[in-house]
Amino acid sequence: MIPAPFEYHRPRSLDEAIGLLAQHGEDARVVAGGHSLIPMMKLRLAKPEHLVDLQDLDELRGIRSEPDAVIIGALATQHELIGSELLAAKYPIIRETALQIADPQVRYCGTLGGNVANGDPGNDMPAVMVALGATYRVKGRGGERDIAARDFYEGAYSTALREGDILVAVRIPMPADGHGSAYEKQKRKVGDYATAAAAVVLTMSGGACTSAAIALTNVADTPLFAKEAGEAVVGTAVDEAAISEAARRAQRIASPSADGRGPADFRTHVAGIMVRRALARAKERAG
Amino acid sequence: MSAEIESAQARTQKLEGLGTRRKRVEDVRFTQGKGNYIDDLKLPGMLFGDFVRSPYGHARVKSINKDAALELPGVKAVLTADDLKPLKLHWMPTLAGDVQAVLADEKVLFQGQEVAFVVAADRYIAADAVDLVEVEYEELPALVDPTKSMAADAPVLRDDLKDKTSGAHGPRKHHNHVFTWEVGDAEGTARALRDAAVVAKERIVYQRVHPCPLETCGCVASMDKVNGHLTMWGTFQAPHAVRTVASLISGIPEHKIRIISPDIGGGFGNKVGVYPGYICSIVASIVLGVPVKWVEDRMENLQATAFARDYHMTGEIAATRDGRVTGLRCHVLADHGAFDACADPTKYPAGFFSICTGSYDIPVAYVTVDGVYTNKAPGGVAYRCSFRVTEASYFIERMIDVLARKLDIDPAEIRRRNLIRKDQFPYQSALGWEYDSGDYQTALDKALNTVGYAALRDEQRRDRDAFRRGETRKLMGIGVSFFTEIVGAGPIKNCDILGLGMFDSCEIRVHPTGSAIARLGTISQGQGHATTFAQILASEVGIPAANITVEEGDTDTAPYGLGTYGSRSTPVAGAATAMAGRKIRAKAQMIAAYLLEVHDDDLEWDVDRFRVKGAPERSKTMTELAFAAYNNVPPGMEPGLEAVSYYDPPNMTYPFGAYVCVVDIDVDTGVTEIRRFYALDDCGTRINPMIIEGQVHGGLTEALAIAMGQEMEYDEYGNLKNASLLDFFLPTAVETPNWETDYTTTPSPHHPIGAKGVGESPNVGGVSAISNAVNDAFAHLGLTHTQMPHDHWRVWKTAQRLGLTAA
Amino acid sequence: MAKMHIALRVNNRQVETLAEPRMLLIHLLREELGITGPHIGCDTSHCGACTVDMNGKSVKSCTVFAAQAHGAEIITIEGLAGADGSLHPLQEAFREHHGLQCGFCTPGMITRAYRLLQENPNPSEAEIRHGIAGNLCRCTGYQTIVRAIRAAAERLTSAKEAAE
Repeated sequence: MIPAPFEYHRPRSLDEAIGLLAQHGEDARVVAGGHSLIPMMKLRLAKPEHLVDLQDLDELRGIRSEPDAVIIGALATQHELIGSELLAAKYPIIRETALQIADPQVRYCGTLGGNVANGDPGNDMPAVMVALGATYRVKGRGGERDIAARDFYEGAYSTALREGDILVAVRIPMPADGHGSAYEKQKRKVGDYATAAAAVVLTMSGGACTSAAIALTNVADTPLFAKEAGEAVVGTAVDEAAISEAARRAQRIASPSADGRGPADFRTHVAGIMVRRALARAKERAG
Repeated sequence: MSAEIESAQARTQKLEGLGTRRKRVEDVRFTQGKGNYIDDLKLPGMLFGDFVRSPYGHARVKSINKDAALELPGVKAVLTADDLKPLKLHWMPTLAGDVQAVLADEKVLFQGQEVAFVVAADRYIAADAVDLVEVEYEELPALVDPTKSMAADAPVLRDDLKDKTSGAHGPRKHHNHVFTWEVGDAEGTARALRDAAVVAKERIVYQRVHPCPLETCGCVASMDKVNGHLTMWGTFQAPHAVRTVASLISGIPEHKIRIISPDIGGGFGNKVGVYPGYICSIVASIVLGVPVKWVEDRMENLQATAFARDYHMTGEIAATRDGRVTGLRCHVLADHGAFDACADPTKYPAGFFSICTGSYDIPVAYVTVDGVYTNKAPGGVAYRCSFRVTEASYFIERMIDVLARKLDIDPAEIRRRNLIRKDQFPYQSALGWEYDSGDYQTALDKALNTVGYAALRDEQRRDRDAFRRGETRKLMGIGVSFFTEIVGAGPIKNCDILGLGMFDSCEIRVHPTGSAIARLGTISQGQGHATTFAQILASEVGIPAANITVEEGDTDTAPYGLGTYGSRSTPVAGAATAMAGRKIRAKAQMIAAYLLEVHDDDLEWDVDRFRVKGAPERSKTMTELAFAAYNNVPPGMEPGLEAVSYYDPPNMTYPFGAYVCVVDIDVDTGVTEIRRFYALDDCGTRINPMIIEGQVHGGLTEALAIAMGQEMEYDEYGNLKNASLLDFFLPTAVETPNWETDYTTTPSPHHPIGAKGVGESPNVGGVSAISNAVNDAFAHLGLTHTQMPHDHWRVWKTAQRLGLTAA
Repeated sequence: MAKMHIALRVNNRQVETLAEPRMLLIHLLREELGITGPHIGCDTSHCGACTVDMNGKSVKSCTVFAAQAHGAEIITIEGLAGADGSLHPLQEAFREHHGLQCGFCTPGMITRAYRLLQENPNPSEAEIRHGIAGNLCRCTGYQTIVRAIRAAAERLTSAKEAAE
């Protein structure tokens, strides 16, 4: 319950934060919302000697639109995502997903950046960003770079972030016309991680699907981009046969661990059900 | 005269006595954050204690190195078993006649077991010091499957008992055996099973769970070395028993020990026993001469404090072709963990499990219980139930349904055919209990009519057809449970805890200006005693409840009692309260007679006063009589107006209820929704309906948790898989449905106000109703029984086994 | 570890203290400032008994370092009553509707309900249940809590309308 001791830093600017990380190397961790890191510190599973608090970095806040994208600051909280009219209009899947993360208190503090950057396979936003084809803007000592969400996740708690990097913003390309999306998550109770969850973003035109991206949460070490499952519905009317095929293909790439949520075969089965239901709802919303 | 009647009504209302929805006095401080819980207590010079705990389920302790911990600034002491040995406190007696290690003595027997106690200036330093204590372990094979505890090659767990061929409850047949207990007619039951037209057999497991109150356990021990006086505050559901036990094991005489239970944030049985933390805090306070606080965190609470249930029951039920039960046999394998720390009355190592004939008129029955040791936390306790009553009730309610399946008789109908009839009360059960009162048929009828049972079954038939046709992937289940609880332990002749008879007490003192203070031997942990016991008294002595202070929990002032658990407060202390109130009223009557210059018998009681029969204008109110008690009593009578009652109940009480639960199960996900839950409870006289409803809501919610997801599961190495609230299921407001409550009232004939107690009934009846509903959803496809908890994956596996899940 | 200077506003009072950076906000409140309304019920940020209102948000104070709260504005249950001692409608409604039993979850629950009603002055039953999903109760089964919050919402709304 009591964390190990550390030194606390509250930089006033992003450059100062990057400098602190550079100075302290692997002994430093950033804290944003803190609701992933601090519970680990309380169990002494994480013992950073230096904590760099990002809360004063206003440049990492905000949600704004550009001609062909929406840019969400890494420090945008789940609560702010839920309340954003812009996001509700352009990407309803984000509000739908945020409402299924944790509980109201955690959502007041938890940030998008924290949820996508720490590599926890249980987090929900990574699969959504993968399905949306988002990119992450990352800044570090070596400068700035963009990493596609689909290339970002390497293993449990292991991502393309290098030591000293800070994720500063998430860029989501504007959706095509006729787009529909859904996030379907099964969990034991409010606040739990997914038994399995599926994010679906598709577009329909003239009754046929012209593009589809499916991604899965918590059924492997990383979020899974179910590329072949998505391909199974493109060109179809997203009917029962196409949905079944997509679900089967998604199940084939799932390798969940057995835990309190159930044995591996059950969780794989649920992944398939989540894909089915997300596809059906996304299709309905595509109008 | 109508003016007099109105006035009596108005006066009765002002009393806020029995039957009133009186608002709680406790809420004033709780809603303002001014409760006094143990962790709120701060004393000058107070130190903080914290445990080094075993990561292993079974291991030898080779060495403990305290040096680094002792060098940390702010660390005052590190205690191990070696430090407690000279005081003979390294082991302590449990409430079940076993012993438990206070600090591991050469061996650890469960994950989380206490190995060393660090005492430091604050909890942060204590936590750092815990990390610095170096313990060398030699891991041993762990035994976590109770069905293997008594195998010939099972590892020895209890070195301290290795050569003991008998224990507190009789002979031991194996090194991991705790006791065998039996009751009933073995021969007669065997005959009934042999001769029966139908016998149904089933294995029913009530999984290990944990009471998990929101506040964990803790204490502050403060030894005053100058006066040789020990004061201890703590989360104690039985403060007087703790005082007596503390005296016996520490050698400090009982009159020099004061135990105080402050506000307690939920007990549910978890806070009945004595934990190593309490003993270590006392020792540390004695050694260091300052107060020492110990408050565990949630993971420690789940890992190391008393669990509940873990009963593996095999049942056989014999019946005629039309479902009349002719016999019942049950064998129980009881997993007690590493030490038998069960909180049961001494003569009942399996609690009141013998209530397992339930609400049914079963002529013959036989029960055997084998208790065994495993490498798990010690226990078990009665988690929101009377001793082992949830297990017994779940057993019979499932067996009745299993029988109903076998005979293709509706579950409500088979119950109707077997319920004990009203004219059979007081009813002698085949296993030796005398049920006090009940009108089961009325309750069952009311329940079934209110929910529209027949229509629900029709709907279920239509739903099942729709499922067969592929129009829906949901199955509807209807669960019925008709439970009888046995609470209010209990008559001294058969109920004692460590030799202390299970009576309870109330002491009342009325002040000259007509208000009063009452103290009880019980202790509320949320049940609202300060509100409800004042109501009992208000009705007895005619003083408004608002003018009666009720106190509990300080052993220096409260009369001796056995505390609050097993729904015993209303049956026992409530009775004592009524009896003490009647003594007050009897004395007041004599004073009134004296003042009114009439004979005692010429007076009658009228709500809040005595009046002369036939001359009602001549009366004396209780307020007037109170003042008179202090200056104008009849010659020869002592002044003052005070009474005490120690109540030895003549019997237990038997609340009962009829519950109906409707569920809808999504067979593709295993998700079960409770569509409707109706609970009819009969707790006899209802003291405060608002509080009763709250108790039922709360108990049903705990039942939901148990039936739908709670378990304490260990892997083969003895690692506990549910040691935090991430994996130990506590429902939020979203998972919890609305509960419909209803009631009938069948007073207990032997209780002074006819009340039976209700706090735990919903946990007893609720688990059965929900589990029966889930089982019922699949019954038409051949399912006889599926084990709890009914979480998503288990329900899906059931559907899969029955061939319901496609790809 | 050297202590830091922490200054913040709690229940409308400016307070200052020294604390290690790792000190959890819940401990700062309870141990340093004697504000024992918020409680500790778990170690994994699930139960919500420690909920406070921080900078206009419902926050689990067990998952915040005191250092992060430097400069913050915090309200706890002790700060909900009026300056004249009159109880907040939520405090009265919880008593009126039996929305508590042991009282341990109550400070966090009421503090959360306070912010919930700011977010949504007229919540439906489902919105209330989702709104308090971060606060566990073992005693009440939530039904009377929902009723109490609903009743307080109505009182606050009619008080607001009366004032306008």
